[in-house]
Amino acid sequence: MDESAPEVHIDVRDLTMAFGAKVIQRDLNFPIYRGDIFVIMGGSGCGKSTLLKHMLGLLEPAAGDILYSGQSFTRASSAERDIMRRGWGITYQSGGLFSAMTLEQNVSLPLQLYTDYSAMQIADVVDYKLSLVGLGGFQSYYPAEISGGMRKRAALARAIALDPQILFFDEPSAGLDPISSRLLDDLILELKESIGATVVMVTHELESIFAIATNSVYLDASSRTMIDYGDPRQLRDSSEQPVVRQFLARSAAAGEDMGSE
Amino acid sequence: MTEQAAGLELRRDDSTRRSVLLLRGDWVQGVETPLFPELRALLNAAAPQELALDCSELGQWDSLLMAFLLQCHGYCRDLDISFSDDGLPDNARRLLGIATSVPPQRREPGARKRWWQTVHPSALLRDVADDLRLSMAFFGEVCLALWALLRGRANTRFIDFRNFCYQAGPDAFAIISLTSILVGMILGYLGAVQLQQFGAGIYVADLVVIGLLREMGVLMTAIVMAGRTGAAYAAQLGTMQASEEIDAVRTMGVSPIEFLVTPRILALVVMMPLLTIYANLLGILGGGIVAGGMGISLLQYTSQASAAVTLTHIGVGLLKSLVFAVLIAIAGCRSGMQSGRDSAGVGEAATEAVVTALVYLIVADAAINILFQHLGV
Repeated sequence: MDESAPEVHIDVRDLTMAFGAKVIQRDLNFPIYRGDIFVIMGGSGCGKSTLLKHMLGLLEPAAGDILYSGQSFTRASSAERDIMRRGWGITYQSGGLFSAMTLEQNVSLPLQLYTDYSAMQIADVVDYKLSLVGLGGFQSYYPAEISGGMRKRAALARAIALDPQILFFDEPSAGLDPISSRLLDDLILELKESIGATVVMVTHELESIFAIATNSVYLDASSRTMIDYGDPRQLRDSSEQPVVRQFLARSAAAGEDMGSE
Repeated sequence: MTEQAAGLELRRDDSTRRSVLLLRGDWVQGVETPLFPELRALLNAAAPQELALDCSELGQWDSLLMAFLLQCHGYCRDLDISFSDDGLPDNARRLLGIATSVPPQRREPGARKRWWQTVHPSALLRDVADDLRLSMAFFGEVCLALWALLRGRANTRFIDFRNFCYQAGPDAFAIISLTSILVGMILGYLGAVQLQQFGAGIYVADLVVIGLLREMGVLMTAIVMAGRTGAAYAAQLGTMQASEEIDAVRTMGVSPIEFLVTPRILALVVMMPLLTIYANLLGILGGGIVAGGMGISLLQYTSQASAAVTLTHIGVGLLKSLVFAVLIAIAGCRSGMQSGRDSAGVGEAATEAVVTALVYLIVADAAINILFQHLGV
């Protein structure tokens, strides 16, 4: 946010998400700047993952629009969407690796689909991507043969196979031990800085939020809209919304620390 | 913006045994880039002790360059050549740092067998023996669960049983109706062509009735149910295995056999005889249609058919249907309970369920027929 004249990469405008008549979140308005590590936060059931699914085009918004580099995604045809999605890398909550394929086949699939690399180049690039996530030499393993943390990293290797402009993460460190989750955070940060991608993630791991996030939005479950937006460290110290400060300070009792900071 | 052809050049300095790798042009997708074997040949010839990089003429680059550099780094590490990445652009150096921070895993040779090594005859025999043992063990567990049910100590829920009955019964009416009418007609034609040569066309009714009651009605129903319900059982239980539901049942102190398998088996055992009776009736109707086409009146057909129906024939068919129901349900549930914990595993379980059930059906049918032949039933 504090770079000079940041470029808006993703723009969420007046977005309302609903399943039938049941509104999940309404009137969401926020930009995500190029190069940000942007966190979508909020209590359980507030619609964080639903928002991510809307951004990925897995669900259709009830109203509003999502723009990528100024181009509307909501109004794009499915062919145009596929072209826009090609610049994205996505890791799902449980990895989303194809269990019937080895890690090498998993990572090489997007390369085979969308590049004109030779078989040898694909093998080299796969080796490089797996090495980036610390899985060099694990090419012939199946997802079932490696640990949960390794699966998350392998999913990341597949997500960055095409050098994406935007990386989406759904709960990247869910179910990981503190050390693995820390390593994954470092990796995301390093990758983001060297590739120059924008990162959008859903998480409620406070440690990783404070360690790597540069910007965030807080979705409130009871009022069904976003109630705050900004750098999570600043929100923790000076948010006008007590519930956001409590969330970020991990205090359970409502109103306990109101005005104390 | 036009891309410059990518290229490399190795400059050697023999006095210090130091080589400098000059990278130039754009190393991006769509441009012809050098592959590592080219450089390896140059490096082998130069045999430097130190390798440095010069990227002053390097244009754009993407993962292709990084993959190339990673191999270069690996080559240098293997041959103890000191590799200096000072000349790289800043972010490329960071990426290379991440990629090389964890040394690649080396799989010990022989850890993974080729497929032809796994189909050794003795291994194949052992697989069959293992499979048989697991089947028997599973059958034993099912018997214990049924015994517990009889003593009223089983964690089997009636509502599950009722739901499975509905799935295995009324839901299957449409497909059973279609197959059994057609099987009846096929039997009718088969008999009609032969019997009319002897002027014995009326015996089509006997052939259809006896053929259906003793054999075809129950067998066709069983085959349909193996594909329909047996596979469904395997897929349901396999998915539950994959999502750790079966583990949850087990750790609640409930036997998964009693909770999940018993209601499925009982449902199929109850519904199969009913479906068989239904299939037989429709099959006889199908035979009647063919007979009508041959000029045998409905009255003649019914009186001839009802004379052919005996309790023994009905009993043989119903007995078979009970045996088949148990076999289908056990094959399906066993494949599901012992399925792998991923999507591929569930698929294999469903396939295995149908294949095993069909093998069981044919073998059991043959065995029962031979037995009854000797008993004169």
